[in-house]
Amino acid sequence: MKGWLTAAGVLGGLLLLNGLFAGALLPGVAMPPYLLQVLCLAGINITLAVSLNLINGFTGQFSIGHAGFMAIGAYASAYFTVTFGDRLRAVFEFLPEFGRDSLVLLVALSIGAVLASIAGFFVGVPSLRLRGDYLAIVTLGFGEIIRVFILNIDAVGGARGYSGIPKLANFFWIYFFAAATILVVYRIVHSSFGRTLVAIREDEIAAEAMGVHTTRAKVISFVVSSAMAGVAGGLFAHYLMYVHTNSFSFLRSFEIIIMIVIGGLGSISGSVLGAVLFISLTEGLREFAQYRMVLFSLLLIVLMIVRPQGILGHKEFVTFLTKRRRSIGAAPGTTGTG
Amino acid sequence: MTTFLQQLVNGLSLGSIYALIALGYTMVYGVLRLINFAHGDVYMVGAYVGYFLSRRLQGSEPSFVSALLVMLGSMIACGLLGILIERLAYRPVRREARLTLLITAIGVSLFIENAAQLVFGPDPKFFPSLAPSADFIVAGVRLTSEQITVIVVSFLLMLLLRFFILKTRTGKAMRAVSFSLDAARLMGISTDWIISVTFALGSALAAAAGVLIGMQIPKIDPLMGIMYGLKAFVAAVLGGIGSIPGAVLGGLLIGTSEVMVVGYLSSTYREAIAFGILILVLILRPQGLLGRVHKEKV
Repeated sequence: MKGWLTAAGVLGGLLLLNGLFAGALLPGVAMPPYLLQVLCLAGINITLAVSLNLINGFTGQFSIGHAGFMAIGAYASAYFTVTFGDRLRAVFEFLPEFGRDSLVLLVALSIGAVLASIAGFFVGVPSLRLRGDYLAIVTLGFGEIIRVFILNIDAVGGARGYSGIPKLANFFWIYFFAAATILVVYRIVHSSFGRTLVAIREDEIAAEAMGVHTTRAKVISFVVSSAMAGVAGGLFAHYLMYVHTNSFSFLRSFEIIIMIVIGGLGSISGSVLGAVLFISLTEGLREFAQYRMVLFSLLLIVLMIVRPQGILGHKEFVTFLTKRRRSIGAAPGTTGTG
Repeated sequence: MTTFLQQLVNGLSLGSIYALIALGYTMVYGVLRLINFAHGDVYMVGAYVGYFLSRRLQGSEPSFVSALLVMLGSMIACGLLGILIERLAYRPVRREARLTLLITAIGVSLFIENAAQLVFGPDPKFFPSLAPSADFIVAGVRLTSEQITVIVVSFLLMLLLRFFILKTRTGKAMRAVSFSLDAARLMGISTDWIISVTFALGSALAAAAGVLIGMQIPKIDPLMGIMYGLKAFVAAVLGGIGSIPGAVLGGLLIGTSEVMVVGYLSSTYREAIAFGILILVLILRPQGLLGRVHKEKV
């Protein structure tokens, strides 16, 4: 019962904020468009970071091809909206404008998520048998292959990029899915399945010896993570109304990696913190654009030397405030990720 | 048939470049079990050092002596850079989890790329011609003197490396370290020194590749190391990572297949072919063509 109340509270709060920011609630009160856009991109980054953390942080598999799944979600959902959006609207004529928009967006996002998760399955099955750095390179390779393939599809604009996507995503939907991603990852990690994932992270051989079907568990977490990246990609496309394959190169994957590593691999609140820190530093340093990636990369190196577990480590933000030790972090006495 | 031979020559000269870079990946992986993501960027720095050195020597006529000087200078500079990277970034985290090492390597790579954009400027530069240029026609196949230089120089460098690793004391110590770091230390080998030497050698070879590519494809830019680095890494995996003949074989195969795909299929798939090969190798023969199988022990 309490859970439902919280969910209703979060939904209501998001709707209220959405109206307030858009200037529809109080006359004369609205978020400056630039800040609103930064806020929305931060939300998309939160979804990406938290979903990547499921595979990189909790399962301990190092994937650097997240941008590829994001690209699939972005292009698939955008293609649906552009080609079939109007037909779907015609069927649901009786709904108000807002309802039809939401319906088209939801269907488009689910298509993006399903296609991204299918891709995740086909990437995950062969590559998740590999360990550590090989997996990293293979996922990077798959990400690039996906990008090159999309670049060669003329129906979605090819090298020109894909324009003319209606703006269906807004603050509400972006943060709705960010919250949903956090909830899903939290529930997975705190389930018995989540414990098998953490077991794989801590010691894959021991987990296998204990009867964990490691490849199956890894593939499931990979597929879930890809689906959420697909949703984030769909939101990205429907928010910016234009996508280009250059936005989904492995540099984007590296950015997401930086977010989760800075925040702390294996910490959901850490990923949120990392995503927010990353986007605020990126936007705050806009005047020094050419210095900011130098700064981020230095930060990453120094962080690895000084505090390899990231700002929050395996812990959640809440555990710093309360004494309850409910975090699903490292067992006592272990350091670093395996 | 002539077209095929022409593509083969082009492929071999591109493949020699990949092979030179792949040697650095495979040597570092051999001693540290680390994919040195920054290696491709060292190659880029090598090309830039070569560019600035040859601008210095601009007054003199293009000659083989100045080309040799440029290449040696660039190799020394990058050898030092390699030692510096290992000292400052990798050594402090060497005892940490391998994931930490990998993230550090990604960080170093991003740092060099972005610092290079600041220092060298983001727009491409054009490499001046270093050596006198001429074309030869052999059996209908056009051979440029640059292609011949690339193939001959990389072949010589690989022979030198092979001699160094098989015949010298340091080379023997390198092989020992790559066999087992801890056992080598117990036998009194200064592992830190050997790791530094390995980085220096690998980086110097990458610098040579950078200068050679500058002679062949004169456009250089700060992000050129990314794709070459990744493809060279694929070459190292294809040949069997840790194996030096494997890196050479893998480099030549990747270079040839890339040129063939561009020549016979479509140039848009150029970047995808290497990764396609990588995935096939890892599924079918994860230890690579010439690699040894490592048994997993608890």
